[in-house]
Amino acid sequence: MQNEYDVVVIGGGPAGLAAAIKSKELGLKVLLIENREFIGGIPIQCVHPGFGLHYFREDLTGTEFIYRLIEKFREMEIEHYTNAHVLEIIPHSYRHKILKVVTEKGLLNIMTKTVIYATGARERHIFEIGITGHRVAGIYTAGEAQTMMDIYGIMPGKEIVIVGSGDVGLIMARRFTLEGAHVKAVIELMPYPGGLTRNIVQCLEDFGIPLYLSHAVTRVEGRKRVEKVIITKVDENLRPIPGTEKELECDTVVLAAGLVPYLKVIEKAGVIIDPATKGPVVNSYLETSVPGIFVAGNALVINDLVDYVVEQGEEAAMGAYEFVKNEGLSTVKWKKLVKGRNIRLVVPHYVSEAKDVMIYARVAKPEENIKLRFPEIGKEMRLPFVKPSEMIRIKLRKRDIAKAEDKITMEVVPNE
Amino acid sequence: MKVVIIGAGVVGASIARVLSQYEGLEIHLLEKNADAGLGVSKANTSILHPGHEDEPDKYPLRAKLCIKGNRLWYQWTKELGIPAKWPGELMIAVEEEDMKVAEHYLELAQRNGVPGVRLVDHDELLKLEPNANPNAAGALWAPTAGLLSATMAAPALVENAVENGVRFHPETEVTGIKIEKGEVKGVETNRGFIEADIVINAAGLYSDKISKMAGIDYFTVHPRKGEYFIFDDDAEPKVTKIVHQTPTPITKGVYVITELNGGLMIGPTAQDLPEDAKEDTSTTREGLEFVWEWAQKLIKELPPRSMVIRTFAGLRPEPPDGRWIIDAYDDPWGFINAAGIRSPGFTSAPAIAYYIVEELIQGKLEIKLTRKSHWNPYRRALFFKSLPPEKQNELIKKNPAYGRVVCMCRGITEGDILDVINRMKRMGVKTITLDGIKMRTWPMVMAGTCQGSYCRIRIANIIARETGTPLWKVTLKGKGTEYGIGDIKVLLKEGVKENAE
Repeated sequence: MQNEYDVVVIGGGPAGLAAAIKSKELGLKVLLIENREFIGGIPIQCVHPGFGLHYFREDLTGTEFIYRLIEKFREMEIEHYTNAHVLEIIPHSYRHKILKVVTEKGLLNIMTKTVIYATGARERHIFEIGITGHRVAGIYTAGEAQTMMDIYGIMPGKEIVIVGSGDVGLIMARRFTLEGAHVKAVIELMPYPGGLTRNIVQCLEDFGIPLYLSHAVTRVEGRKRVEKVIITKVDENLRPIPGTEKELECDTVVLAAGLVPYLKVIEKAGVIIDPATKGPVVNSYLETSVPGIFVAGNALVINDLVDYVVEQGEEAAMGAYEFVKNEGLSTVKWKKLVKGRNIRLVVPHYVSEAKDVMIYARVAKPEENIKLRFPEIGKEMRLPFVKPSEMIRIKLRKRDIAKAEDKITMEVVPNE
Repeated sequence: MKVVIIGAGVVGASIARVLSQYEGLEIHLLEKNADAGLGVSKANTSILHPGHEDEPDKYPLRAKLCIKGNRLWYQWTKELGIPAKWPGELMIAVEEEDMKVAEHYLELAQRNGVPGVRLVDHDELLKLEPNANPNAAGALWAPTAGLLSATMAAPALVENAVENGVRFHPETEVTGIKIEKGEVKGVETNRGFIEADIVINAAGLYSDKISKMAGIDYFTVHPRKGEYFIFDDDAEPKVTKIVHQTPTPITKGVYVITELNGGLMIGPTAQDLPEDAKEDTSTTREGLEFVWEWAQKLIKELPPRSMVIRTFAGLRPEPPDGRWIIDAYDDPWGFINAAGIRSPGFTSAPAIAYYIVEELIQGKLEIKLTRKSHWNPYRRALFFKSLPPEKQNELIKKNPAYGRVVCMCRGITEGDILDVINRMKRMGVKTITLDGIKMRTWPMVMAGTCQGSYCRIRIANIIARETGTPLWKVTLKGKGTEYGIGDIKVLLKEGVKENAE
């Protein structure tokens, strides 16, 4: 054992940096481990604005946002490894975990009381969404294309088709356009756009980029590089409608078909996964089902905004602090947050009256003029609309949580 | 004596390796692609067949060479550090009446001399393969079947052949064969003329075209497509054995295997394509649905569709009547065909190589060859992930690049990538491609859960750095498959230029 820490943060993106900074502020002995050669994670390559409106109350680019955290992290001289990879987390005892880490200096066994897992998400790729055809050059995930353009300064292609109208897809449509590429279309499987309204306007409408709703890319064709894609209309069950095939000539396909929490290492440690979020099941301290392993950011749930990611990083740090201080989180009666009508996912999964808790949820389908209701605690609020693309974030107060017996349902109902 | 081998797939590469054991030969191995094994050899089921599926009367060579090839691969995979395993194969009789088909193959096993084959009943089937279809009637059990890393095979063979003196010429396409007075004199290529006394055609899908250049034009080779699914490394259930079904008139059989990279794989289809579709390795909705439907009959359940991480298709070169064309000719003397090598060609490749060297070159052509006193059969390949911790630490101490994990899904380090790049350079590969690196790593890099969406750019960067190539010019598999189109401002600069004009 080379060393012993109060908390080891895995992942040096916004969630991990926020968690490490907060942990150090709370007086914990902290180590951060990052796989890449630099810290900062994905926001470094996000040269577009829209970051920090909640957290810094300023509109920043991703790069500006993350550099504020990076500078703070550096000023605080937080111990960290880059180019280091956690192979395994062994829950050695209730109080300690052993991390097996590959670094440039050799294999390390690191002992720690708690772990904050902040590894972010991976991108869904072409084979996961059932696109058939040729496996040729010119196919990228949006994140890969963004890394190419805004970290390494190279251009992926010229005639672009984007699959998926989530924020990532929309932002990449604009990004490609600004560099002189021709974005021929954004293709969306659902009957409504996947991204924020502001992004539909600022990234597509302002540039006259067509958006095909209820369409799928079913096939890629080309000899060496992409030459065209076949797009097809889909029915209400999202199945391709025969006879509606249409060809779009292009040299590049960019997949922005969604993100999935990247959990390889903690899955092996025995953490229970929620099939809805595809992230771990957590309590209000963002502690997973393995005591002392916390999770934050897109590894927990896919967020819309980096501001929420940072907030979760800080929350996990406070959880780790409680855990270290009390040698484990106090035993409380956990009340389950239950998904009611039109709620597709919600985190955390368990709350208690020991503390206020921020909850993050997504609806299954868009709805207008509704009430968001928590019947067991008599709480409700009117909203003009809810959309799957816009995460709902609200605080539940401990005095409200106290009103519930063993569960709190969250539901969307029409406002009558 | 000068020998030219056309095609560095697993057949050509095996021939090169066997020939490299003999003295006094100048051997040139020509490949039109950027690397060895990028054609037929790369995309298949990767099974080393036991040898009980070929009728000895109809296909004597196939029957004889498959069983011999199976034995040779046992030795070759060890010598060459090619990952392999020998789980044995179950030909499942789904219905009671399919047992009759199984019996037919039992008889073939006897006639071909395949060891250990026997019929097993329902209970023993489920003991051998607990995840088999619980309603199956029984199976034919062939314990000598194996699996290897098909993608690594041809590159490893060529690497070893080059180590033993063979000259590898990638990106070299044969455009003609020079024949004088009924004797082969050499080959014309896009890179110039190469003299040869013997020319061996192992050009896979294009072996008919090469044969025509030598005036032997009585056959054509058409592509037969096979489509596959691969599931994520942790998708369940898996199989421990190689599982397929008793052949029917509709299909020779979809296989279910746990491939060497760790994930379940199902396939293939067998779709005949027109002669000119020799590059059509596209997947199709229909083909994939067929595979899914048939694979379901073999095991108790398939993992969920959401656990699929890759679909792919490969082509097999199909000769007329399924008969391999392996022969030497009086006219033109010196020309040897190893053409239309369809299944079980991968398994048989080492045996085909010995057949050509012993029966055709030394036998039919009566050329006397002498074995070298020193020949190195070994290729040592280390993969960080499969080493014990002490060895891993040693490697990192020697080269810190082994401490940098590049591919998180499969734990491949920068050290592994650098080792592969050096091997490629030593072997004579001119263009270091992303596919070339993928094929030589184990488990395969850029082929796990995220399919390279995280690590492909990191590996492209390593290639760029190690070869002095601009990042955008790094290719997936040679010219025309560049990673990018230029510097980030390339389109804007073009636009400005056009404006000025």
